Amino acid sequence: MSPAAFIVIAILTLAGAFAAASLSKLIHAALCLVVAFVGIAAFFFLLGAEFVGLVQVFVYVGAVAVLIVFTILLTRRADENTAGFNWGGVAIALAVFAGLLWAILQTPELSVAAPPIEALTVKRIGEALMTDYVWPLQCVGLLLTVALVGGLILVMDEKR
Amino acid sequence: MSDSFDQIFIHAKQWLLGLMPNAPDWVMQIVSSLINISALLGVFMTLFALISVLERKILARIQNRYGPNRVGPFGFLQPVADGIKLLIKEDIVPIRADKIVHFVAPIMIAATAILTLGVIPYGRNMTPFSIDSGILFFFAVGSTTELGVSMAGWGSNNKFSMLGAMRAIAQMVSYELPLIITVLPVVMIVGSLSADAIVAAQEGYVLAGIVPRWFVFTPWGAAAFILFFVSGLVESNRTPFDVPEGESEIVAGHMTEYSGFKYATFFLAEYFGMFAISGLAVTLFLGGWHSPIGVLQFVPSYAWFFLKLAALLFTFIWIRGTLPRMRVDHVMGFAWKFMLPMAFTCIIAAAVWHYQRHGLAGWLWSLAVVAIVYFGLSQLAGTKKRFAPRTYRFAE
Repeated sequence: MSPAAFIVIAILTLAGAFAAASLSKLIHAALCLVVAFVGIAAFFFLLGAEFVGLVQVFVYVGAVAVLIVFTILLTRRADENTAGFNWGGVAIALAVFAGLLWAILQTPELSVAAPPIEALTVKRIGEALMTDYVWPLQCVGLLLTVALVGGLILVMDEKR
Repeated sequence: MSDSFDQIFIHAKQWLLGLMPNAPDWVMQIVSSLINISALLGVFMTLFALISVLERKILARIQNRYGPNRVGPFGFLQPVADGIKLLIKEDIVPIRADKIVHFVAPIMIAATAILTLGVIPYGRNMTPFSIDSGILFFFAVGSTTELGVSMAGWGSNNKFSMLGAMRAIAQMVSYELPLIITVLPVVMIVGSLSADAIVAAQEGYVLAGIVPRWFVFTPWGAAAFILFFVSGLVESNRTPFDVPEGESEIVAGHMTEYSGFKYATFFLAEYFGMFAISGLAVTLFLGGWHSPIGVLQFVPSYAWFFLKLAALLFTFIWIRGTLPRMRVDHVMGFAWKFMLPMAFTCIIAAAVWHYQRHGLAGWLWSLAVVAIVYFGLSQLAGTKKRFAPRTYRFAE
């Protein structure tokens, strides 16, 4: 992992995240959040986990960001600017950050050099998913199907 | 001799890199990437110019007129004139538009279209960006197009733009499912997400060297190819699925408020998206850069790739000249009620084919699976035409 690439991507990601938190227009904030998502995907690429990075782009930029943008489009008026500083939000964010930081610092293996592992190919991920992790996979599949059916029921015509 | 012709571009690149033997490793890497990028852009910009005039010529032939024939021989310098016109046109930005979003949207759409071109193998050893999960990269990057379209619709601050963007996203999200699921059988059979491995798996010939081992010649492959092609038509917003920019209904959809070079960028992105989808279809189902007949293997691999690409692009234009636009609710219903179940059927048919050891029995069984589901679905959807004398009602 080259330090120059790490610094450039970190600055971009943090700038995107900061803009997402501070911009007054919600749609701009959502688009800046996309920059942060792409930055995190770039980190995965830098770590050699290209599959995870691509899934990050696929799910977060391709689906979640579009969902957020559409939620804003369909619920807010265009000229509405949310003003004021939300101190409660700051407190929650700081609490979450502190909790994560504490958890990371508690991890004992942090300072140990990672053992050399062979490159994580898609094939190995697939094999692991279909053997060791088949139950979690099935549960996720069931959950997504339930969500799909629920969405269909919500928009179905009531014909009676 | 044929080998050196086949690898002529690889040798050219190595020669260029050999001009600076003392450069450090990272400089070499950057220069190598830059060579790949400029070659890719050069080839596809030329193809874009060529296809824009050829499309107008072919459409004119279909519609019994001449088409462009003023600029240059047979009108083939028309793209140059078009380019100059679009460059010097006034760039109009609506006063109520969201300036930044309005500006970034065409760039983002074009960038994603160009990025997806990178993972396609154009010839032997000629994949510009060769990664282990190339197919996933294609769809991950392609899925961000929707964000660009919604930015264009929102940033323009125009009801036609917003309606067009809504339609485009509804359509793209619906057809992304069959598009990705029709790729799954190929990935399953090959056991890899790498485009190079998929092309390598389609090497060789069966039946005394006549029929190549392309996936399109298996029943599941043929069905998946047709589904993939139709979904690709929708994803690139081409007729008969161009409801997002239906001129007679919503001006030009999300491109309504764009003019001059920004409009040209959208146009370029649409064509690049078309090249990318066609290129991926060639890679997945039509054997990539392999030659269709064993004796013609001396022809360079990239020539075969671009011939197949040209055939698919011609089909795109042909369909545009022949079919009328579909109604917006029909487009969506078709995706969920027909395309998606058929795409899942392709997976089952491919599994059946695989477990019959790729033989004749498997071929027939998978044909049976596809055929049964196809006829069942068409019965359920009630697409059978009932012919009856037409009744007319006249105004009194």
